[in-house]
Amino acid sequence: MFGQATKYAESVDSVMLLIVGISVFFLLGVTAAMIYFVIRYNKKRNPKASQIEGNTKLEIAWIVIPTALVLVMFYYGYAVFHESRVVPKGAMTVKVIARMWAWEFDYNNGKKSGELYIPVNRAIKLELNSMDVNHSLYIPAFRIKEDVIYGRENYMVIQPDKIGTYVIACAEYCGLNHSHMYSKLHVLSKKDFEKWISDN
Amino acid sequence: MSENTGTMPYISFLHAESKHKGIFKWILSTDHKRIGIMYMMGMLGFLLVGITFGFLMKLEMLTPGKTLMDAQTYNALFTLHGVIMIFLFIIPGLSAVFGNFMLPIQIGARDVAFPRLNLLSWWLYVIGGILAISSLFLQGGPIDTGWTFYVPYSLRTGTNVSLPLFAAFILGFSSILTGINFVTTVHRLRAPGMDFFKMPLFVWAVYSTAWIQVIATPVIGITIILVIVERIFSLGIFDPALGGDPLLFQHLFWIYSHPAVYIMILPAMGAVSEIIPTFAKRTIFGYKAIAYSSLAIAFIGYFVWAHHMFTSGISDTSRFIFSLLTFLVAIPSGVKVFNWVATLYKGSITPGVPLLFVMMFIFLFSIGGLTGLVLGSLATDVHLTDTYFVVAHFHYVMFGGTVMIFFASLHYWLPKMFGRMYNEKVARWSVGLIFVGFNMLYFTMFILGYEGQPRRYWDYLPQFQTLHVISTVGSWILISGILLMIGNLHRGMKRGPLAGNNPWGGKTLEWTIPSPPPVHNFDEIPVITHGPYNYGDEEVK
Ligand code: HEM
Ligand SMILES: [Cu+2]
Ligand SMILES: [Cu+2]
Repeated sequence: MFGQATKYAESVDSVMLLIVGISVFFLLGVTAAMIYFVIRYNKKRNPKASQIEGNTKLEIAWIVIPTALVLVMFYYGYAVFHESRVVPKGAMTVKVIARMWAWEFDYNNGKKSGELYIPVNRAIKLELNSMDVNHSLYIPAFRIKEDVIYGRENYMVIQPDKIGTYVIACAEYCGLNHSHMYSKLHVLSKKDFEKWISDN
Repeated sequence: MSENTGTMPYISFLHAESKHKGIFKWILSTDHKRIGIMYMMGMLGFLLVGITFGFLMKLEMLTPGKTLMDAQTYNALFTLHGVIMIFLFIIPGLSAVFGNFMLPIQIGARDVAFPRLNLLSWWLYVIGGILAISSLFLQGGPIDTGWTFYVPYSLRTGTNVSLPLFAAFILGFSSILTGINFVTTVHRLRAPGMDFFKMPLFVWAVYSTAWIQVIATPVIGITIILVIVERIFSLGIFDPALGGDPLLFQHLFWIYSHPAVYIMILPAMGAVSEIIPTFAKRTIFGYKAIAYSSLAIAFIGYFVWAHHMFTSGISDTSRFIFSLLTFLVAIPSGVKVFNWVATLYKGSITPGVPLLFVMMFIFLFSIGGLTGLVLGSLATDVHLTDTYFVVAHFHYVMFGGTVMIFFASLHYWLPKMFGRMYNEKVARWSVGLIFVGFNMLYFTMFILGYEGQPRRYWDYLPQFQTLHVISTVGSWILISGILLMIGNLHRGMKRGPLAGNNPWGGKTLEWTIPSPPPVHNFDEIPVITHGPYNYGDEEVK
């Protein structure tokens, strides 16, 4: 259902699981306690309320424990994200050009394409350029996106490790046909890619 | 303490005469209570318009491709939906309605510090609303930029951008003036004996909010003017083609709009801190923790704006810092939730409709807040930002959070404002419909987002259809619940049974005066000797 296509995507999903796991625990805890109290301390069962003004130890506990937990979440989120920002040596560069409402991918040898073809098991650095307004290059199966902004060159690194075809979408609103600004990412075997790139 | 008993004849603010006639008795009134009710009418009107647009958007989402409108119309609809909900409904929010009506009474004052300025704020709100609506009918067509007005698109589009932006500018002034008024009121008009830590928590929340309104809103005002100037004179501030910087716009926009999130939610949190003690018949748990967490949110909230820009190309160092700070701002909200739940512990609880809304709020707002952690974490945010996950997240926070408490407050304070009660059974039905419909409508959006459905999409891939259909059906259930609720409140307000001065047995000052309150609230200004939630005192006496 949530098809993941790279090791990086798996790491993102595990950060997601970590955060959702802790969150579900807190959500259920808070909700269950709330419902239990409303039933258990209903006026009929408990005609006289106890006036408890607070409890310093509890306040400290529910400041310190969540703080520790969110720091853990922050750390894993950052650590995984950081991988996606390092450009490995020997990465292949492809220049991405976005315009309302189409993608263009320019290769070093001068080849241009409307869909992105890349070899498997090789890091790719995408240099993102816009010709008009903001767009965002989004590959859901790779769990990654980066805005494509007119006047500056952002970059994005992908490390495909499974051969296949994936969706590329535009994730930053760019006007009338924003929802049709799709393209495809084709991850080819090394051999197929050489053939494709040299085939002008 | 002098009390007006229900039997003593008095003139309620609803029926008071003034030198004006007819509708002018209201729209020229400087009575904070009338102004609060006028905001309520305006805001409910805009809420219904916004909901209608939401309903139409969800209808369009029933099938991929065109269902009933073209892409341009859809783009205009989500923009208008967002602009109306944000600038005309939820930013004035509980402060404008219940802050105006209740804050002076809760601190034992006869009005706000500057009643005429207050009326001016309301008029600016109305003028802003009229300008925003009139822009729909001008040549060029309705604005289609999204409520975030991102450049360069907002500089390039041929639709009407300048007028709605100017409307938002005017609305900003309304907000700033209200903020100044409330800060001054709290500092100058508290009844004798009411020191800061004897103030009701709703007052604390509206007070913290007022500071954000005063400090943050000018930033959006300037930003908006710069966009208008750029559109007209092409100065080159934001437009890269002229040497400007589009990220500068995003920074300025979010420096206001993130704190604005707290303008929306803090007063609602304050109302929660009123409703729970009243229905649990006990003092609030952790008064100071709750009060200080409002201030902490107001303060840290200024330093997290760039979490809206994690994929915009800001430096990796800034991504690191803003992610960290975002996680920290979650803590004070968590503290509040824990203290509210603890306030139910060993209470003597009547689960009235306002409390049911509060329980629903705690559940939905927790989901909204916890999914905020998912979006604060860099690895997951990069995947989920600008997808339906975000749409789900902010509806859980703003709608499941603020709007649910707006509904709770309508039920809680209706008997005070109009002296009459709604129908309990119908109200419970509306709570149920709203809860079921809400979760169908928005929970599906979390999944859609994780599967990679971007937001602001008129068309979508066929594999997303099932979830969109469930979501659309949810919107019908939710909207029926809301209409039922509004009908019930309307009927209650006009023809409901008389409610008496204190139907809930509340302890804050508004419950010590008659319902509806007399024009000057208090015959004699009360002298305060105890905290706001002294439910234990009867037993001591
Ligand atoms: C029945 C009620 C509602 C429905 C059916 C609804 C539906 C929607 C939908 C489907 C979208 C996303 C459109 C897209 O990205 O393609 C949306 C966006 C939005 N909604 Fe709602 N909504 C409702 C109530 C609210 C409320 C109460 C608020 C705020 C208090 C709100 C605030 C927003 C905002 C700010 C946006 C973003 C607009 C943009 O992308 O520029 N909505 N709504
Ligand atoms: Cu786009
Ligand atoms: Cu924010």
